[in-house]
Amino acid sequence: MIANFGFGVLFITFLVTLYSVFAAIYGDRRQIPALVESARRAMLMTWPLLTLTAGVLIYLLINNHFEVQFVYEVTSRSMPTYLKVTAWWGGQAGSLLFWSWLMSAFASLVTLRKWDRDREFLPWVIVVACVTMAFFIGMNVFFENPFAQLYQTFEGVKPYTFRPPDGILMTPDDGRGLNPLLRHPGMIIHPPMLYLGFVSFVIPYAFAIAALITGRTDDRWIRLTRRWALWAWLFLSFGLVLGGRWAYDVLGWGGYWGWDPVEIAAFMPWLTGTAFLHSVMIQEKRGMLKHWNMLLIILTYDLVIFGTFLTRSGVLSSVHAFAQSAIGPLFFTFIGFTLIASVALIIYRWSGLRSETEMTSMLSREALFLLNNLLFMSILVVCFWGVIFPLISELFSGQKVTVGPPFYERATSPLFGALMLLMGVAPLSAWGHSTVKTLGRTLWKPAVAAVAITVLLFFTYTQKIGALIGFFLVAFVILVTIYEYWRGAYARQRSQGENIFTAFWNLTGRNRRRYGGYIIHISMMLMAIGILGIEIFQVETQGTLAQGESLEIAGYTVQYKEIASWSDAPAGVNYTRSVIDIYRDGKFLGELNPRIDYYFDSQQTMTIPGNRSTMRDDLYILLVDWEPVSSTGATFKIYVNPLVNWLWLGSLLFLAGVVIAAWPEKEAERVPVTVRARVPQQEQTPSAAD
Amino acid sequence: MKVVYIPKLLVAAFLALSLAFLASPAPAQGPTPTDDEVNRIAKQLYCPVCESTPLDVCPTEACRQWRDLIRTMLADGKSEEEIKQYFVTQYGVRVLDEPPNRVLTYLVPGVAILLGGLLLLRGFQMWMKPSGTGTAAVENQPAQDPYVARLEEELKKQK
Amino acid sequence: MTETSIPAPRRGVPIWAQIIIWVFLVGLLVIVALGLRRAQQGTVQPGQVIDNFTLPLFSGYELDGKSEVHLTDLRGKVVVINFWASWCKPCEQEAAEMQQAWLEYEPTGQVVFLGADYVDTEPEARVYLKKFGITYPNGPDLATRISQYFRIKGVPETYFIDQDGVLKYVQVGPFSSIDQIRAQIDPLLK
Repeated sequence: MIANFGFGVLFITFLVTLYSVFAAIYGDRRQIPALVESARRAMLMTWPLLTLTAGVLIYLLINNHFEVQFVYEVTSRSMPTYLKVTAWWGGQAGSLLFWSWLMSAFASLVTLRKWDRDREFLPWVIVVACVTMAFFIGMNVFFENPFAQLYQTFEGVKPYTFRPPDGILMTPDDGRGLNPLLRHPGMIIHPPMLYLGFVSFVIPYAFAIAALITGRTDDRWIRLTRRWALWAWLFLSFGLVLGGRWAYDVLGWGGYWGWDPVEIAAFMPWLTGTAFLHSVMIQEKRGMLKHWNMLLIILTYDLVIFGTFLTRSGVLSSVHAFAQSAIGPLFFTFIGFTLIASVALIIYRWSGLRSETEMTSMLSREALFLLNNLLFMSILVVCFWGVIFPLISELFSGQKVTVGPPFYERATSPLFGALMLLMGVAPLSAWGHSTVKTLGRTLWKPAVAAVAITVLLFFTYTQKIGALIGFFLVAFVILVTIYEYWRGAYARQRSQGENIFTAFWNLTGRNRRRYGGYIIHISMMLMAIGILGIEIFQVETQGTLAQGESLEIAGYTVQYKEIASWSDAPAGVNYTRSVIDIYRDGKFLGELNPRIDYYFDSQQTMTIPGNRSTMRDDLYILLVDWEPVSSTGATFKIYVNPLVNWLWLGSLLFLAGVVIAAWPEKEAERVPVTVRARVPQQEQTPSAAD
Repeated sequence: MKVVYIPKLLVAAFLALSLAFLASPAPAQGPTPTDDEVNRIAKQLYCPVCESTPLDVCPTEACRQWRDLIRTMLADGKSEEEIKQYFVTQYGVRVLDEPPNRVLTYLVPGVAILLGGLLLLRGFQMWMKPSGTGTAAVENQPAQDPYVARLEEELKKQK
Repeated sequence: MTETSIPAPRRGVPIWAQIIIWVFLVGLLVIVALGLRRAQQGTVQPGQVIDNFTLPLFSGYELDGKSEVHLTDLRGKVVVINFWASWCKPCEQEAAEMQQAWLEYEPTGQVVFLGADYVDTEPEARVYLKKFGITYPNGPDLATRISQYFRIKGVPETYFIDQDGVLKYVQVGPFSSIDQIRAQIDPLLK
């Protein structure tokens, strides 16, 4: 009954979004403001309606209504309540609803602002937002109904939206339970974070389309959505980092990124989103690249839709699964339709997007930003090709192939390296004009210092050429960025008379986007340190140890002490927990407890590593679950991951950096300026060196 | 010095046994390959049945058998290439972590990136054509962020 | 001050560029659509003529002394090809029935049973065959060529091909009784 009510509300919401779309279009074409306003009100209604729908679903989840198929699939009696709530996005149907709910929240937020200057955008923003919402809600209503119930007919037990003739409602005793991999805190916030990122990118896209349709092809749409894009990018970045952390903690292969098509699908919109963030700055400062920015946001939007489906939270799927589900063709059609429509719009408005200024130097900041975009798009091409190649290979040669990490790593490493180089050079180049001389003058000091650091590393840490290049670039970028930061603070200190700390603080506060950006760059370099460490210097081993036996790896001595196994019936888990003592240079460092959790309801195993983390490295031990554990011994997989915690540290700094960059700025401050006496009319040749 | 008396029969038996032991062919195999040696190869292969799972971390029974197969082949003295080739013959090319046709795999993105670079170069040419004198440089200054422009000025004065 | 540079003439996207863009875009969508369709296809369906394939056989499991089987050589006989694996638990449920059916039909000389071992290791496969006393010709589906052709979705699956090489019936999953097997073969022998 309640489930049917939930479905009813969902269906009404679907109709409301459709109404909103048509009312907005009709109201705009026929110049009927009242109709557009009606469309706006209808769109505002979607959020309360979807909240009600979600509320019903959560109620069903918490109260063990196993006759509802979705509840049966993702919950079980032994799960704690908070996990039952998060099971909302633990399966396909629920996560689609979650997506729609977020979309309605953001769309409502956007429409609640004042629209006086941009009245003409409103109908089209509503149209784009509601078409997207209608699509996702429609998927729920017609194909993946979260409220479908299990009925027994002579064909067996199947889910139905409405009771079939001579069908009997069937309530299983217990549910299948959430995939144990999803019962980890990282996995609880990772999908919502990713979805927040995905969904918020729809808003800049909506404004871009509105700008194209109305012909308002100036900066306005960018300025309006600049903050949205930044927050979207923050959520998406953080979602990706959380995904990596979750994989590291729980998936049991000691890695944080496997170049799986699912991961890549979420990574691709991040690439175009980052390129977009940089290139809109060019449009704002120099009025260039209007076409390109439009293209980028369109690409981001379609990659977001593509990524959403592939990363169905709750189940690790891949391109394979995308193709086999019933929804695959529908997503494909939607992506195809939006892509074609958007490209057609850009072509139609092409001449209206003409640039206003020209470029003067290939080393100017805008040129370097363009190079940045080229590199990001190149990485995107590599990723997209890697994902689609197996498909093409099978189509044309009938042979199934796998594109794994070696391809991606080999192809993207030089591109990432080039990006890092750019990160070091670009902050020192000026908008409009830079020459080799001016850049060289400012660059040589950090470059030399970076070389010195690299040489030091060569003698003390490693001779591997790839690592050295990586560390050189990291040092270079950090030095350049700190140098820039310091220059600004120093200048401020001298002109304002503030002490250096206040100068730093105020500098950041007054120009948040720039200095927040610098912090972000530094944080990315810290993450790069972690990545270089684990990718190049990781040491691993696997061995079977008898009780009391020990093994040496990378300077650590690891001794297997004992193992215990017991069941926790109410929680539905069987634990096998080992005790391992760690020594280094004879000194006892502590104990680690890798264990295996076996979940009865879903019949799945989780291997939880024992991990000792320091900034120097991680000692990461897994109790292997495919070898039997007996009195003769247990098998362990041990990884030593140097520097990996810089990755997580860097991501925290990254968070701070984006928050700073996105924090609303006050109007330009009034700063007392010492005015030098102007030299009266004299021949002044502008020095070309500047 | 004490004389140890050893029965002749015992000596004979001992000699016979030693001879028999020395004469019998030693097992052709070397020591059992360690898990690490197996994993070094298994890392480069994907489980033929599971989805996107490398062979060294796959937990299924079948994967365990495949790893044992690698172990046996290594003990028989097969090289890494031979083992990988065997897997390809048995299970198809998708068991490798890279497509065998390297040219095509790297060529297409390579060409695309090159084209992108050329497009960018063309764009640079187009945008830089009308100017050509240095005057354009100066008039672009006002487009700068006024705060940063002040900063740059201050810095120049400091020097 | 000085006038800004002469604005470039306003023009739309040239026709040749538009053509390239659309060809590329549509081409991409078509490729993805084809891939999607292919993946959505189920197994090969009854009514289709089955192309020739070659199944190498394990030693000791030859057919008429030959160590490999070509489907075209078996024209004129009913061919039952069964995909299985030693690590496949459901396969064990039908193993005994399959062997029993083989013992019934082999003497007629009109039916050939073929076992295609899917993604397996020979030692384990032999253990499985021995355990269930299977004697009909068996061999590995090298590089999964045959199973890819039939587009099997899992194991066990059994395909019944008539005397003219036309697929007549697809059994997905294990047989629950020998009657099911007889029910598919007997009509073909009329």
